[in-house]
Amino acid sequence: MSERSPDDAAETTTLAAGETLAVGFARALRRAGLRVPASATINYVQALGLVGVETRSGVYWAGRSTLLHRPEDIDIYDRVFAAYWQQTFVETIRFEGKPPSVTLALDVGDDEGGDGNDDGEDEQDSEIQPVRFSRTEVLTDKDFAECSAEELAELTALMSRLQFTTHTRRSRRQVRATSKGDRPDLRRTVQRALRHQGEPLHRAYTEDATRPRRLVLVLDVSGSMEAYARALVRFAHAAVVARGRVEVFALGTRLTRLTRFLYSRDPDQALTLAMPKVQDWAGGTRLGEGLAEFNEEWGIRGMARGSVVVILSDGWDRGDPLVLGTAMERLHRVTHELVWVNPLKATPGYAPLAAGMAAALPHLDRFVEGHSYASLEQLATILAGQR
Amino acid sequence: MSALPTTVDDVKAGLEGNEYLADDGLATSIFLAITLRRPLFLEGEAGVGKTEVAKVLSRWLGGRLIRLQCYEGIDASQAVYEWDYTRQLLHLRTAEATGEASATDSTSLEAALYDERFLIRRPLLEALSPNEGPPPVLLVDEIDRADDEFEAFLLEALSDYSITIPELGEIKTENPPLVVLTSNRTRDVHDALKRRCLYHWVEHPTFEREVAIIQLRAPGVAAPLIRQVAAATEAMRGQGLYKPPGVAETIDWARSLAALGRVAIDEASVEATLGTVLKYREDQERVTQQGLPDLVRTAMIRGGSA
Repeated sequence: MSERSPDDAAETTTLAAGETLAVGFARALRRAGLRVPASATINYVQALGLVGVETRSGVYWAGRSTLLHRPEDIDIYDRVFAAYWQQTFVETIRFEGKPPSVTLALDVGDDEGGDGNDDGEDEQDSEIQPVRFSRTEVLTDKDFAECSAEELAELTALMSRLQFTTHTRRSRRQVRATSKGDRPDLRRTVQRALRHQGEPLHRAYTEDATRPRRLVLVLDVSGSMEAYARALVRFAHAAVVARGRVEVFALGTRLTRLTRFLYSRDPDQALTLAMPKVQDWAGGTRLGEGLAEFNEEWGIRGMARGSVVVILSDGWDRGDPLVLGTAMERLHRVTHELVWVNPLKATPGYAPLAAGMAAALPHLDRFVEGHSYASLEQLATILAGQR
Repeated sequence: MSALPTTVDDVKAGLEGNEYLADDGLATSIFLAITLRRPLFLEGEAGVGKTEVAKVLSRWLGGRLIRLQCYEGIDASQAVYEWDYTRQLLHLRTAEATGEASATDSTSLEAALYDERFLIRRPLLEALSPNEGPPPVLLVDEIDRADDEFEAFLLEALSDYSITIPELGEIKTENPPLVVLTSNRTRDVHDALKRRCLYHWVEHPTFEREVAIIQLRAPGVAAPLIRQVAAATEAMRGQGLYKPPGVAETIDWARSLAALGRVAIDEASVEATLGTVLKYREDQERVTQQGLPDLVRTAMIRGGSA
């Protein structure tokens, strides 16, 4: 099949058959939850034409290189491949789980603050003031755990109004300086000189641009955090929508990356999308192992480097506190700032005695409370670097 | 220099002839990238040999290797082209001194200024400029380090292999380069760019393949030692290290042990050379704690003793 001569009749039939099969396979992948754009299917058909359909390896790898774009999807691909091409009966191809049958108490019709207030994700406004609404002042201090469903709904609606500005770091990119900057901008100097018969009268300069630091939120979604988790996801969503360079992970018995699902501008939709992804919603916690996994898979490679990392958890860890301590120490060495938000911290008489919390404490830059809207609002301010 | 491959096996043989052993998956992706002339996007752990692919392609097919190393803040002036401003200024001054500036009108003065001779070609422009002979190989290394804006820019350049320079017009080649993009996955690269490319996730090699790779890259190292080194590395990769050793480290390790005159591994020499495979103090501690004698024994059993 490596030759493609149009006058070869047998060839044409095989290709047509191959085409149907390939399109069917792409459809099967889509059903299993992969995103397969039509262009990828076309590439696959082309690739099959080149590699041939005689060997399993050819069919498999042609698909792997054209239909797949993330290592996470390899597993699904393999199962669908087995089911589709080898006609093997595979009992459980894991489709997207159904959303848990929790009715979201967050469904408030009024969300005008969300879209009206943020002007673009990458824009930074240093002058933004946090907004307070006096009629909800009382509510904002109330512990999430004690709020009624209606109150929670009201608070989460408020969250889309949170303003996230951010720590910035110097970038290597050069931008136009308004007055005398760091380096001469020869490009513009030449352009200006042309207006004066080549006499460089006006000199232009550039200066270093600034970039927002990446913000990484790690949400503990274990059983003990149940009362807070939903509010915190909402908080994370507000952060993702409000500014660029935010990554969100959920941590329970395993680590799940939520960022993709929180991109949607409609918080409720994002929540529904994000929640079934976390299979251990309200399960147990292995904080230490989860953070170690985060370090391994994402953090140390670059995501946490020079970033602001915020862990939102009550610090109850079923695993070995030593593991958590080591993971935190390692994380702390690469981050710009490591923040732990603990909803229990506001409880009168609370001391960080939970083994996990105690192990993590020495490695934190900040340890703040996060039980109520007001405390999260304050957190947003802290993250903005304004204290 | 060789003719372009017509089958996946050609690719395997060609790469092997240039000291690179590719498995079925990688060979298929490379074959498709060459034949369909699409960028190849390689992702994987550090040290699995992603960058090497581009270098080998260049050696094998004879096309020039053009490397674009990405970093945060990289922009068009470092990736595509820049005008040589210093020389432009100098040219202006000369024109002025010789009285040419006042004699000619400003349009022709400007035209003289934006002439090809003042153009500094950066890698992307170099790769997309008209060329002859085997296609050049463009290596876009560590794309995950560049900003999203640059990604979008790259996407545009790679989608029709052309670039527009305002002062000169469109630059396009009939002989588009083979493009290899690598990423360590410090962040997700945008789907749009990935969709444009063929994708391959590069894994650590299997035991037998790694043995073959070391044999190829470190000739002169005793065969049993190679097998033991590969076995020990394989065992280490399973120990949950911060930075599991890559192929490059394994090769270094085998060479170091051979340089010390060893023909088989033993505890003392492993301890002495651990720094060539493990680059974190914590990793060295962990492996030592798990027991070097055990590691040596595993290596002997899996790799076969001398």
